[in-house]
Amino acid sequence: MRNLLPVLSVVAALLALWYAAVVPMNAQWAQDQARRAGQELSFAALVTDTMNQQRPRLPAPHQVAQELWNSTVVEEMTGRRGFMNTGTLSNRSLIYHGWVTLSATLLGFAIGSGLGIALAVGIVHNRAMDASVMPWAIASQTIPILAIAPMIIVVLNAVGITGLVPKAIISTYLSFFPVVVGMVKGLRAPDQMQLDLMKTYSASGRQVFAKLRWPSAMPYLFASLKVAIAAALVGAIVAELPTGAVAGLGARLLSGSYYGQTVQIWSALFAAAILAASMVALIGLIQRVTLRRMGMAT
Amino acid sequence: MTFLRASGGVQWTGMILALLVAAVFGGASAQGQPGFPVLASLGGVAIASGLLWQFRRGMYAVSLCAVALVLAIAAYLLADGATRHPGYWATVIAVWLGAWMLVARFAELPRRNGAVGNMQALLAPVTFGATLLWLWEVIVRALEVPRVILPAPSAIWARIIRSTDVLWIDFVQTFVKGALSGFAIGVGAALVFALLVDRSDFLRRGLLPVGNFLAALPIIGTAPIMVMWFGFDWPSKAAVVVAMVFFPMLVNTVQGLAATEAMQRDLMRTYNASWAQALFKLRLPAAMPFIFNGLKISSTLALIGAIVAEFFGSPTRGMGFRISTEVGRLQLDMVWAEIAVAALAGSLFYGLIALAERWVTFWHPSQRGR
Repeated sequence: MRNLLPVLSVVAALLALWYAAVVPMNAQWAQDQARRAGQELSFAALVTDTMNQQRPRLPAPHQVAQELWNSTVVEEMTGRRGFMNTGTLSNRSLIYHGWVTLSATLLGFAIGSGLGIALAVGIVHNRAMDASVMPWAIASQTIPILAIAPMIIVVLNAVGITGLVPKAIISTYLSFFPVVVGMVKGLRAPDQMQLDLMKTYSASGRQVFAKLRWPSAMPYLFASLKVAIAAALVGAIVAELPTGAVAGLGARLLSGSYYGQTVQIWSALFAAAILAASMVALIGLIQRVTLRRMGMAT
Repeated sequence: MTFLRASGGVQWTGMILALLVAAVFGGASAQGQPGFPVLASLGGVAIASGLLWQFRRGMYAVSLCAVALVLAIAAYLLADGATRHPGYWATVIAVWLGAWMLVARFAELPRRNGAVGNMQALLAPVTFGATLLWLWEVIVRALEVPRVILPAPSAIWARIIRSTDVLWIDFVQTFVKGALSGFAIGVGAALVFALLVDRSDFLRRGLLPVGNFLAALPIIGTAPIMVMWFGFDWPSKAAVVVAMVFFPMLVNTVQGLAATEAMQRDLMRTYNASWAQALFKLRLPAAMPFIFNGLKISSTLALIGAIVAEFFGSPTRGMGFRISTEVGRLQLDMVWAEIAVAALAGSLFYGLIALAERWVTFWHPSQRGR
């Protein structure tokens, strides 16, 4: 909690900076409107106008917060297609779009981290795999997979696979790499002394893995899972862009940019940020509980 | 069964079995069966690699390379006459297992020092990659996969040769103008900002958690906003790259600047070193491993940012623009050509940074180990 005050003041400074930037960014539009109406804008009127435009170039923080509130709670509670009226999530609410993106993210994350762990186990135990697969795993990440996303999705569409799976594939690709790297490091974390001890116990390869390598890889696993889930979310969002998907946070970004709905773009962006933050926090929580039960808590 | 435990032993056995299957099918029906030269050379490869263990070190490496060459020729001949015949698939499997065996043996070779060792380190991954490409080619040819679903590597290569001018224009637009300029601005700004942050402990404690949080966010989502602010041309792409690169770079640099030990800083104080002297002679060099880590992360992010930002609007050139329009026209060979260029550019960029890292941080344990 020692960092609370500095963090809060940095956040406050960022918000102040944002509010300060809103005025010059939106001043052009406000002044044009006033000139057309034949009025002179006082500075106070200019500031209030820039803070409350319909389609600002840069929406003010309170507008984004308002939109987030409206498109989640208000829409579901009172909206015509909201949850309270129809029993299903409204397709205009961010909860619905967030869930669409989140489900693809979670599926991709699960496959990706499973694949990453399996690859890491193979790499640690098999020298041929270490020499041949590892360089390609690294090279695969210099390929901008997000650039391939549209093609993967269109091709899978052509083969007849649509919906969740193509997005999850892209999330998988983005999330497997951090897990591979972290787990290879983690499974190799036991030092020679500990491995020698296992040898004096005459432990089999499987026992060494289960009782020494796997437990000592846990801190590395959680660190890389945090990176992986953030990457998986990015993958799912970008995967929604190219096909003109109708649902998901990426689709909200895209339609917002088509119709110039800046407030919608920003609220989708913040919804994504909140999702990412809460998933990382969730993994952090699991990490703390697990490590404490293993007696590794710091 | 001791030979199964030797490296590549299982694959070798599998290769022999697959060749036997191919030979049986060849006897039953000659139609659509790989020709005699292919089968004979593969048989030669199998027998030779079974005998190789007898040789001494230098001889062993040379003959392994000869075996690889024969295997490559057989693979080339095999890819030429692709059919759906079971005997053909058996032969393909034999080649695949043979290549796998070679990878295993290349990986086991005792490593030399210097340039020869560097070449040796490349052998296994190159063989592995070539095998993957070859399998892709053979499967696409034999199954006659439609061009609009997955083009063969050879078709992609032909496309690259045919349209180098377009590829070059796209490369300049996206990589040089968008990614590189954004990378330079973002990294430079992050470095300067990190030096400012470093002077105050309060700021550092406040900014590190916030920066770490922002670095994990899907910043790529700001692309539509940037396109709205900076127009369709490359400045908006550079702006997205700046936003993506800034926080990872900032966090890494601030961490790096804090990486010196109290003892080392005390030594600087006993020398009565000024802030600038301590910075340039101690803390900046000590921060270099962290800074290069940030640079490596940023280099891949930069290309991704520049390409994805083009999906939200761009002039009629650029890699992202080309990829999204050619997907719409089902010209997948062009898409793959762009991807190949992007992958090559990204790998070279990353490789250059890794080289510079080795040159600058030669003293670091992770660089001395090899």
